[in-house]
Parts: sequence; structure tokens; C-alpha cells
Amino acid sequence: MSTPTLPDTSVPASPAAPAGPHRVASGAFSPRQLVASLPDAFRKLDPRHLVKTPVMFVVAVGAALSTVLAVTDPSVFAWVIVVWLWITVVFANLAEAVAEGRGRAQAASLRKVSSETTARRLLREGAAEEESVASSALRVGDLVVVEAGETVPGDGDVVEGVASVDESAITGESAPVIRESGGDRSAVTGGTTVLSDRIVVRITAKPGESFVDRMIALVEGSARQRTPNEIALNILLASLTLVFLLAVVTLQPMAVYSGRPQSVVVLVALLVCLIPTTIGALLSAIGIAGMDRLVQRNVLAMSGRAVEAAGDVGTLLLDKTGTITLGNRQAHELLPAPGVEDADLADAAQLSSLADATPEGRSIVVLVKERHGLRARAEGELTDATFVPFTAQTRMSGVDLGADGDGSGVRQVRKGAAAAVTHWVRTQGGDVPAEVGQCVEDVATSGGTPLVVAESVGGRARVLGVVHLKDVVKDGMRERFEQLRAMGIRTVMVTGDNERTARAIAAEAGVDDVLAEATPEEKLALIRQEQSGGRLVAMMGDGTNDAPALAQADVGVAMNTGTSAAKEAGNMVDLDSNPTKLIEIVEIGKQLLITRGALTTFSIANDVAKYFAIIPAMFVTTFPQLDRLNVMRLATPESAIVSAIVFNALVIVALIPLALRGVRYRPSSAAALLRRNILVYGLGGVVVPFIGIKLIDLLVSTIPGIG
Amino acid sequence: MSTLSDTAAGLLQIGLLLLLLAAVHVPLGDHIARSLSSPRHLRVERATYRLLRVDGDADTRWPTYALSVVGFSTVSVLVLYAFLRLQGHLPLSLGFGAMEQTQAWNTAVSFVTNTNWQSYSGESALGHLVQMAGLTVQNFLSAAVGLAVAVALVRGLSRRGTGTIGNFWVDLVRSTVRILLPLALVAAVLLLLTGVVQNFTGATEYTTLAGGSQTIVGGPIASQEAIKELGTNGGGFFNANSAHPFENPTAVSNALEVFLLLAIPFSLPRTFGTMVGDHRQGLTILAVMGGLWGASLAVTTWAETHALGTVPQAVGGAMEGKEVRFGEWASALFATSTTMTSTGAVNSFHDSYTALGGGALLLNMMLGEVTPGGVGSGLYGMLVLAILTVFLGGLMVGRTPEYLGKKIRQREITLVALYILATPFALLVGAAVALSSASTRSAMLNSGPHGLSEMLYAFASAANNNGSAFAGFGANTAFYNTALGLAMVAGRFVPLLLVLALAGALARQRPADATTGTLPTSSVTFAGLHAAVIVVVAGLTFFPALSLGPLAEALA
Repeated sequence: MSTPTLPDTSVPASPAAPAGPHRVASGAFSPRQLVASLPDAFRKLDPRHLVKTPVMFVVAVGAALSTVLAVTDPSVFAWVIVVWLWITVVFANLAEAVAEGRGRAQAASLRKVSSETTARRLLREGAAEEESVASSALRVGDLVVVEAGETVPGDGDVVEGVASVDESAITGESAPVIRESGGDRSAVTGGTTVLSDRIVVRITAKPGESFVDRMIALVEGSARQRTPNEIALNILLASLTLVFLLAVVTLQPMAVYSGRPQSVVVLVALLVCLIPTTIGALLSAIGIAGMDRLVQRNVLAMSGRAVEAAGDVGTLLLDKTGTITLGNRQAHELLPAPGVEDADLADAAQLSSLADATPEGRSIVVLVKERHGLRARAEGELTDATFVPFTAQTRMSGVDLGADGDGSGVRQVRKGAAAAVTHWVRTQGGDVPAEVGQCVEDVATSGGTPLVVAESVGGRARVLGVVHLKDVVKDGMRERFEQLRAMGIRTVMVTGDNERTARAIAAEAGVDDVLAEATPEEKLALIRQEQSGGRLVAMMGDGTNDAPALAQADVGVAMNTGTSAAKEAGNMVDLDSNPTKLIEIVEIGKQLLITRGALTTFSIANDVAKYFAIIPAMFVTTFPQLDRLNVMRLATPESAIVSAIVFNALVIVALIPLALRGVRYRPSSAAALLRRNILVYGLGGVVVPFIGIKLIDLLVSTIPGIG
Repeated sequence: MSTLSDTAAGLLQIGLLLLLLAAVHVPLGDHIARSLSSPRHLRVERATYRLLRVDGDADTRWPTYALSVVGFSTVSVLVLYAFLRLQGHLPLSLGFGAMEQTQAWNTAVSFVTNTNWQSYSGESALGHLVQMAGLTVQNFLSAAVGLAVAVALVRGLSRRGTGTIGNFWVDLVRSTVRILLPLALVAAVLLLLTGVVQNFTGATEYTTLAGGSQTIVGGPIASQEAIKELGTNGGGFFNANSAHPFENPTAVSNALEVFLLLAIPFSLPRTFGTMVGDHRQGLTILAVMGGLWGASLAVTTWAETHALGTVPQAVGGAMEGKEVRFGEWASALFATSTTMTSTGAVNSFHDSYTALGGGALLLNMMLGEVTPGGVGSGLYGMLVLAILTVFLGGLMVGRTPEYLGKKIRQREITLVALYILATPFALLVGAAVALSSASTRSAMLNSGPHGLSEMLYAFASAANNNGSAFAGFGANTAFYNTALGLAMVAGRFVPLLLVLALAGALARQRPADATTGTLPTSSVTFAGLHAAVIVVVAGLTFFPALSLGPLAEALA
């Protein structure tokens, strides 16, 4: 079994292989799963369960009726039919049981995570006194203390302290993550372990409704609700069942008139062959498997509706950073101001970046070392150096050398946003040459980020030059967006950068549109605007300020690292917090719908061959000329009917693997997809049963009493 | 002496017909679209609205529209029933009295549902007033109702979230005044020119050349003939319908009648394309209609000209039941067109066709009268099946299905599913019930598979509002008058109401823009899938029944 062909989406930053305890590989389908699921399949013979699938319910009723008739009027033929009718029902149950079984293993390991722990509840806010309570006794709003080595007793937000937390039980990612009060990294999940420090957590979920509890319900399929399209398809299948019921029931008076009344067993066999049992049997398995495929990619869909909507997505909102670009801007080149030596600029750039731990800062040090041969100085090498950290107010960082307190006679080096640094230079009495302004402009236009480096010696400041930071577009993104365009999906890059920078990167990456200097309100407005044009919108977000947009989007994927507000607002959670996932999610949604459509078409197309097998068999004794319709040359009327029924049952099992892994999907235009699927599942659906029934007949016709 | 071979003459006639239809469908389709979309009322229309006390500028939701259709049709049945029952007291009755109760019900329902199944003989049961003021009026109005409902569905598809689907009274009046009346006037004049009779004489006794006596009935025939074909009605002035020389005297009148009954149904896809603002959508529908019509015509013509079957082989031609002045080609053309347009007029007797040819005519109706179907009903049936096709095709391209930007969800597919169920239900249950009793079985004049074909044909014709008779079937009994009447009502109004509900559901939606990810519904692939869905749905439903009737006969 191969897994569906999806374009490679591996991102260097994300873990390539799942490692967590809950990720029991359900990957490939093996025949052993069939055997293991058999007991469940028999348990599902409960009429209360069967009635949920109208098509299979009709089969079960027909099987029961035939059983009664076979008892009262036994024959080899009747019993063979009865047995295979029941097998058909069991096979249908089996498909669902196998799909559910794959989720159950994952649920079992998750359940260990959600098992009861003892919580240290604070008696009141700010108090030091605490009491021990069972985690199941916690209420929303309770404050609990968690220290190194303890398990977080429930979902909540950190309100005090900072700690490193091992979330591998949930995400499979073994590297610990930092959780701290305030900001976008405050959410903790029940069942994860604090590795260091002490935090106070405000509980945000009732026991039994926590994130892990919901995950368990989802992967087990117990919380599964039929999705809108599945309901619509079920209605169509039910009506097709009615049409065939009508055709078969009214056939009897015509058969009586023609002098060849049919036995009820034969009529039931005809009915079961005609009604869309293949898709009826596999429909719920397809839905469960779709969810499962998402889980395998570490995405949890909080509703099946969202998975379905993913296939329909017309607009993708993608964050620039991390999705389209590598996430960190890299120093690309140094552009000295007029009259400044390259070496001086390089030296100043390095000095100002030594204490800058951001990737941008480090990339400057690396660039200086590689291009200008300037070795990075360790912090200790510099005497009398005071490092000035970056703040949101100054928007600069740097270093003061030889500071003696009042700031005179020292050398100050600064690096930062053009506006901030030029302002600093001017207040220190320096000039900013026009060339530098032009240079900043040029860098910005090309999509880069200009950082201006300046120094002030003895109170006189001057601009040394510009560092060109460049956003690096990930490999393969352009091809990716072309595929999406072929699928009819518009991509919009969302970034906080200014319009010009954003446009330049957008052009390089090949996205369709750009939302620059995006505020949460603008994001929300953009989603509403796209939706008013009838397009479904998918987006990914993590911050609390993303919550309204996540809630408004048709597919809102919250990153697991995000806040609980974001997770609550979205309808999916990506445990890897990998923004490129959106594209995979869309493909899984499409694959789910295609699998339904393909198997429905296949199921209906199968009927042609079944008619050619059964109708001549029913009436050939009265109208010998109907033997000309027996194009498969099936041995006897009995063997023909049995072969059709056997084929009908076997095809369900044969298609379980396809239902579970989904039909092959390759991003292409709708027209091309349609042609391909009509050919494979429509035409194939007509041809395959002719061959299958003939082969089965060769075997069946050797049974005494039938052949 | 003819110098053309039958084949050449037949092909020439089909070619001319196609040319004529190709020339006419664009202007006619656009005229229909314009007439039913224009904001301006004509003076005569305004007067009518005042008389009916309706607001001609109101735009209504589907329940109002549906209620108007049902109300109007109920009144129409009652009026026509009263006409038929009170004939003895009316002028111009030519001495004919009241029609029997069940036959009057059957006839009233038949003409209001655009079926025009006739269990009576026009020349021996009805006077001029009932023919003109009763039947012919319904020939106009029932066709206008069909047009109105079809346009309402198109509005549902094209409107952007309004929820309204138009005004039934406006559609009804405009369809009559702007479309059907002028066209019928032109058609009647043309028919007169080809020799169709138009006078007010009643039955006149003549002495024939051989010395015997013959009764010849005249009447206002051309005026009724025009709308009979144009409105895909099919109810003949005479029992012999278009095989009668006063209704259809020559090969030219025959060709004209075939053209008239195909003209509006084949123009409506253009109306659809114009109203939704995408002519390729209309062309795709037209291609499916035309393709299936052409395929069926080929089968029937082949079966008839090759005289398949023992008796035709023995006598050297399948001319039983066909007029010598039309021959096999023109008869097959008329028969295919009349059974595929829900017209039901006949210029030959379908019962006498070869088993395969007759079976094809039966299947034509079982396809649901959509290729091209009746006036209006053909288009709306076709669009419903297009939505079913979109549902399957849309899933296969990985989208929840949409047609012209409108999502096909639970409500929409439920209505489509019920639509597809309605007609087969009326057909199969009707035929099965009739077959179950010896007294009702006696209506079949043949035994064996051919008898079954006769029974299936009667109910297929009624349930699909075709109205043609296979002949060989004694339909004028209380049971058949009632049962076939019920089949006609079920076959007309259940689908029609479902279509209006569907129009309402679609009109509420704001359409989504099409992208390359959307299933293209104006492509060769889609047309092929659409045609396949039409054939497969009907084929799977009726294959068992057909195998015991025409198939068993044809394979013998």
C-alpha cells in the first residue's frame, strides 16, 4: 500500500519523523487489521447501528427476510445467497470497524495522558496556601501551582512565572518548549510535564472537556458527526435505493404476467446487487479515514465539517514568515555610506550585533566573518563595553565602548531601523547623506530590510552604512503556488512588512496577492471580503489577536504553540505548528471528497454488469432469447446470481484500503481531474465487474446444486 | 416519379430540419429570455393583471409562486371539466353531449398537465367550442406554465441571494402573449398554406367514388394544430392525430410540424445561457439534448428502415401503421421527436413499430422528457439532472458540488433526489397495479412481451406527460381514465413543485466565483457525463421492465 501522493512539504524547522508516544503508526493498511476488527464488525450488526446507513439497513432487512425463507424452503442456492447477504452486511461493518480501530490505538495512548493526577490548587489568588485536589475536581478559573517534574493537571493559561514544558505527550516533539505568563505563549495543556521552574496556571477547561479529551473523542470517531456533504450523499444514496426498490418490487407483477414469478430470495439478491452497497458500506470509513489522515500529519480537526470545507477552500491566507520565507531575515550585504571604508562598516556592524541574539543579528556576524574576514569577538574581549539591547521604543541595539558614565569621549555604535537610527544621528548633531537615504529606499524596494549602522565618537555622530537584510524564500514555494493556482486556489501573503517589501517578496515567491502591514482587523476584513465573493478561506494563526480571524475563516488552523484563545477560535489545531500544513490540509479535504465521488460513481457503474448477469438468469427459462444478454456466458442462472452477489460483497473488502488511504490525488485543474476520475472509476466501474463476476462464476459453477 | 432514394430524402429532411433549428434557436431563445426578463409591461398585459387583481411588479418567493401555479392549474382543471360535462348545453357542440365523468377528469387533467393523452376521439366526442375554448386554451396555458417554471428555476440559478424567483402571473401572461400567441399565429398560417383544414363545418356525409358513404368532419384544425405542436401538447383534433390528412396533409406539413414541436424546447437552452450570462452553459445543455435525440433517432430509423422482426422482414418493410405519404424516415423522425418532447402527437402508430424501434420510443419517454423535452419542462428537467451530474462530478474534482456558483447541499440534493424518484414511481407503480388484476389486464390487446410494452407505454406516456398512445390499448375504462389521470397529475405537479422549491433554495444563495478548481459545466467532458447520467438513471430504473417487454420481443 502506498500513501497518497502529496508534494513534499517537509520544512527544515519541523520534525521530520513523528516521535511521540501517541503517534501509533496507522499508516499502511494490512489484512491483519481486517481480522482484528471482525469482532467489532459483528457487534455492529445491531439494528440500531445499521439503521444509520439506509443502504446497509436495506441489505440487512433483505438478508433477514431471505434467512426466514431459506429456513422454510431450503435449497443450496437459497442458503448460499443468504450467507453472502449476511457477509455483505458484515463486510460493510468491517470497513467502518477497521477505520475506527486505527484511531483507537491512538486514543489508548492519549488516555494515559489524560489519566487522573493530583493538582495543587491555590486557595485564592495571590495566596501561598494551597490544597491537594484530584485533577478531575478542578473547575474553570481555579489557580494551580505546577513545579518542575509535575504534570499540568488541566488546560489553562500561565498567569505567573515561566517554565520549560515537555509537550511530547501531545505533539510528539521531544524538545521542551517555553511557557510564560502573558503574550502568545501562555497556554499549557493538561497532561504535559513541567521540566523546570514553577508556574501558576489558571484552569480554562472543565474536566472531561480538555484538549486531550477532545482529541480522544475525535480519533476514536465517537464524536464524529456526519458532515454536510456526507449527509447530502447519504440522501442521494437513499433515494437511489428507493428507485431500485421500486424497480424490483414492481418487477414481480411483470414477472407474474410474463409467466415467471420470481422467488423472494432472487428478488432480494437483485435488489442488493443494484443498490449502491459499495459506497454505502464505505462512506463512514472514508470520513473516519479522512480525519485519521489529518491526525497522522499531526493536525486535529475539531469537526469533520472543517475537513470538508478544506477541500473547498478558494483562498489561502499564508503568513509570510515561516510559510513563504525561511522565517529569519539574513544579512545579505553591507552598503557603506559615502566616504566610509568597508572595513569600518563591517567592524561597526559586528560590534553592534555581538549582543544581538536574534537570527538577524547572528547572520550579520556571520556575514562579516565570511565576507570581510573579521573574527567574531567574544563579549569578554571588549573592555568597558556596555551593550544596549533592542527595545520596542528605541528600535535600535548597539554597544557603548569606554563609557565613563556621562557619555563623553566614548564610542557609541548603533544599528537599527532606518528611521530610528537617522533620528539618533541627527540628535547627536550628525548629518545623514542623501545617498544613504537612497540606499535604504533601494533595499526596501527590492524586498529587503535595511538596517542603518551609525556611530558617535565624542558626541559627533555619523552614518556608516546600511546592512541589507534579505528575506529568503523557501525552496519550491513558487512551484507550490503554481499547483495551488492550478487547483483554483488564490494565495494571499499576510505580513507586517510595508507594502513595497511585501510586494517584492510576493513577486519572488509567486503568490497571487499581498496583505501588507496587516493588522488583525485588516485580516478579518480580508476574510470577510473573500467570503462575500463566495470563496472559502483558510488561514493559520497563533496569537490571541488572530482569534477573530481564525473564527471567521472557514478553515482556521491554530498552532499548538498558540494561545488557548486562538485554539478555541480555530477549527483545527496543528500540533507541529508548521504553517505549510495548510496546503496539506486542503489536499486532504479534496482527497476526502474525491474518494466519495469516485466510489459513488464506481458503485453505480457496477450495476450495468450486474443487470447483465441477473436479468437473463431470472427470465431465460421463459424467454430463451434473453440468453443473448448473458454476455459473460455465466454457467447457470443460479451461478450467475450467486456470482453477482459474491462480487458485490467482495468488492467492499477489496476497496477498504482505497477508502482508508483515499484515492490518488495530484494537484491539477478540475477539468483534468474529472476526466481522469471518470475514466478510472466510471469506465473502470463498468468494466471491472464484468471480469470479476465471470471469474467468480468459474469457481461458483463447480458447487453442486448451483453450477 | 421520385428520383431521390428513401435514404437520401430522409437525410435531406433531417439536415434541413437541423439547419432550420440551428438558425432559429438563437433569436427565439433570446426572445424568450427578453420577454420574461423585461421590466416593461404591455398594455394588454397590464389590463390582464388588473382583471386578475395581481401586482405585475411583485417579485415573489417560491411558496407564493408554487401556490399560484397550483391554484391556477386547479381552476384550469375545474373549468375544463365543466366544459366537457356541460357540452350538451353549450353552443357549437355539433350535437355532442356530456363526456362521461372519468373520461372528463382524464381529459381535463390531460390538457392542463400538457400531456394531451386522449381516451376519446375528437371527431366523435367534441364540438368546436370545447375544442377551441377548452382544449386549445389549455394548449397555450399549460405550455406557458411550463415556460414559467423553467424560467423560475433559471432565475434561481442566476440570482444573487435575493430568494425571489419572479412572478408567476407575469410569466404566464407574457409567455402566452409575447411568445406562444404570435408564434402560433404564424405557424397556423404556414400550416394553412400546406393544406391543413380550417373551417367551421361539422360532420358532412359524402358519397364516395365507389358509391359508399363517408362522413367527413371539418373544423378549426390549423389553429389547434399550430399550438398542438408548438406547445408540445399533442392532443389531436382527430383521433388519428397527425396521421389524419386534415391535420397533416403532406410531407411539407409533416416536416413543418416536426420543426414546430422541436422549436421551443431546442431554443430554451439559449434562453438559459442568455439569462445566466454564459452562452456556453446553454450550448452544453443543447448538445446533450441534441446528442441523445440524434442517437435515438438513429436507432429508431435504423430499426424501421431495416425492417427488423419476422413480419416486417417477410413483407419487405416496416410500413404497418405508417402513412405511405410519410414513409419510414419521416415517420421515425416524427415519432422520435414527439416522444422526446413530451408532445405525443403521432403521424404513425407506435404499436406497429419494430420491437426495437418501439422500445426506443418507450425509452425516449422514460428518459424523463428532457431531450429536449416539453416546453419548459424539458429545460427544468435537464437542469435538475445537470445538478445531479454536478453532485457526482463535483465530488470527483474534490469540491463540495456547485452549479453556476450555487452549492448543492442537503436541501438541494434532497429535492433533486425526490424529482428523480417521482416519475418512475408513477410509471412503475401504475403499470404494476394495472398488471396485477385480470380485469385491468384485458386492456392490452396483445399478449406476451408486446402486451407488456403496451401497458408500460401507457403509463410512461401519462407519467411523463407525453400523451402519445402506443395504440393497441383500450384505455377508455373507468380504471385507466382515473389511474392514468393520477399518473399525469403526479408526473406533472410533483416534479414541478420540487423544481420551484429548488429554485427557491438556489435563489437564496450568493453564487461563488468560478475558478480552475471548480467543476467546469460547459465542457465536452461535462456534457458526456450529463448524458451518461440521464441514460444510466433511466436505464437502471427501467431495465428489468424493458427486458420483459421490448427487449424480449426484439431479441426473439
